[in-house]
Amino acid sequence: MGRRRNFLDLSYTVVIGGIAVLAVLIIVSPVIVALMTSFTAGRSLKFPPSGFSFGWYEQLFDPVRSRPIHRAAGNSLEVAAMSTLIGVVLATLAALGLARNRARSARAADNLFMSPLVLPGIAFGLAALVYFSTLGFRPSLNLMIAGHLIVTMPFILRTTTASLSQLDPALLDSSQSLGASWFYTLRRVTLPLIFPGIAAGAFLAFMASIDNVPVSLFLSNARTDTLPIRMWGMMETTLDVRVAAVSGVLIAAAFVLMLIMEWTVGLTRRMRD
Amino acid sequence: MTSAAIGASLPGEQRRWFRLAEWQLALPLSLAFAGLFLAPLLLLVATSFFDDDKITQPGFASWLKFFGDPFSYKVILDTLLLGLKTVCATVVIGYPLALVYLDLPPRLQKVLLFIIVLPMLLSVVVRTFAWIVVLGREGVVNQTLQWLGVISEPLKLLQTELGLVISLTQIEMPLMLLPLISVMSRLDPNLRDASAALGASRWRTLFTVIVPLSMPGLIAGCLLVFASATTAFISQTVIGGVRLIYLPLLIWQQSLVVYHWPLAAVASLSLVVSVLSVIAALSWLGRRSSRHLHA
Repeated sequence: MGRRRNFLDLSYTVVIGGIAVLAVLIIVSPVIVALMTSFTAGRSLKFPPSGFSFGWYEQLFDPVRSRPIHRAAGNSLEVAAMSTLIGVVLATLAALGLARNRARSARAADNLFMSPLVLPGIAFGLAALVYFSTLGFRPSLNLMIAGHLIVTMPFILRTTTASLSQLDPALLDSSQSLGASWFYTLRRVTLPLIFPGIAAGAFLAFMASIDNVPVSLFLSNARTDTLPIRMWGMMETTLDVRVAAVSGVLIAAAFVLMLIMEWTVGLTRRMRD
Repeated sequence: MTSAAIGASLPGEQRRWFRLAEWQLALPLSLAFAGLFLAPLLLLVATSFFDDDKITQPGFASWLKFFGDPFSYKVILDTLLLGLKTVCATVVIGYPLALVYLDLPPRLQKVLLFIIVLPMLLSVVVRTFAWIVVLGREGVVNQTLQWLGVISEPLKLLQTELGLVISLTQIEMPLMLLPLISVMSRLDPNLRDASAALGASRWRTLFTVIVPLSMPGLIAGCLLVFASATTAFISQTVIGGVRLIYLPLLIWQQSLVVYHWPLAAVASLSLVVSVLSVIAALSWLGRRSSRHLHA
């Protein structure tokens, strides 16, 4: 009996451990492969890359040859920054208004505000296209900001509501009973305490906007396209190695951003909980 | 007279005034939501009840045309199956990793969590591109297999459903792992020790203790992966190619290539309804299993 159990436990370690190692490999290796390919000296996406060079990065940073890519990156940053900024204001206000409200209508409103997370983005993208063109708007960055606001705001609302629900109500009561006005309490007690939640949500919203495809796909044209749409176009047509160079830049940026967020607000802990 | 002084004399009154004001703080977001989310969706539903691409003839023709065509059913079914296959693959690969995470010392847990979250912050386009390099004719998989002598001709992995499912497994993996790890790390470690002390093998502990208790996280992960994989337009078009047609590609073709918005609206409402009904069924199962557990 004991030997059988030892054998079973050994098989558990081998199977579970083996699959876990495979899982880490599957998660990590494509990122490393893409990064290595971006330094190829050759003209194709062969692996292992033929020779080492910064040639594709030089082409990528060349302001003349890569102007459409630079413009798309600028659009992405502008849309993400604006939609996150507006989202922070609207979602923080709404969270302050709804987080402590136990009424059924408040719960329903909260669920409604979170619904863009589950609704297939491509349906909302098409709906936004039909809506804005019926209203007579031409494609512009403002429309993209409006569309991105809807799909990225739930991230801010979620983390801010979570911080508010962990806030000790006694702190607010004592601030009030010490004579502080509602606004003073908000400014000096509530906001500083929920700030990490807002910042984590804003970071996730910003990244979601940078990464968004379904909304941008429908609301952009050749002049207002964002980086993912431009990269998709390049992958579908020429499959230029510059895509690898853009990927390399984005991988480095995500890595640095994540380290910063980890040190400042403990992002992974917040995402796990 | 300041409001604080009033508050000090009339605490009840003050609090009621607060609640009214607090509720009103949600108004700006509500307005933005009504104008930018609910109105477009209602218009999408309305658009689907027009017959022609100029949107002048109201009628049911677009619905009848879409659901009169066997091809539509095939596309819907393929889309849902793609989601299910990806869910199965992420569970089989991801669950053991979550188990191993539990047994790691805190320092290594932090490193592993970082590895899991980092790809999530990478653009889906970048992750899709990485798989082109891995699965391509001259990619890692083909080069390795040829070098080992397993195959003589490169395998065709891009533009096949197998390649797409493999790629989506990695692309959607963080969505499975995060809720799973979140639920599992709250499990009482004594339960596992008790099970082992009572003579259960680790397999038996896994299937009778850990799996039932981690069901809420597992279901949440399945929901997220399913919703994301069925609507992953970029991965589906770039890795799947043009011959594998899923609903998102069909919607894109109808709206931005053919410019038949009523048909595109019908297709996207079908996507919404079919994806959301699978999600509703899964979360019903999840609630039932957690109720079963607490009973």
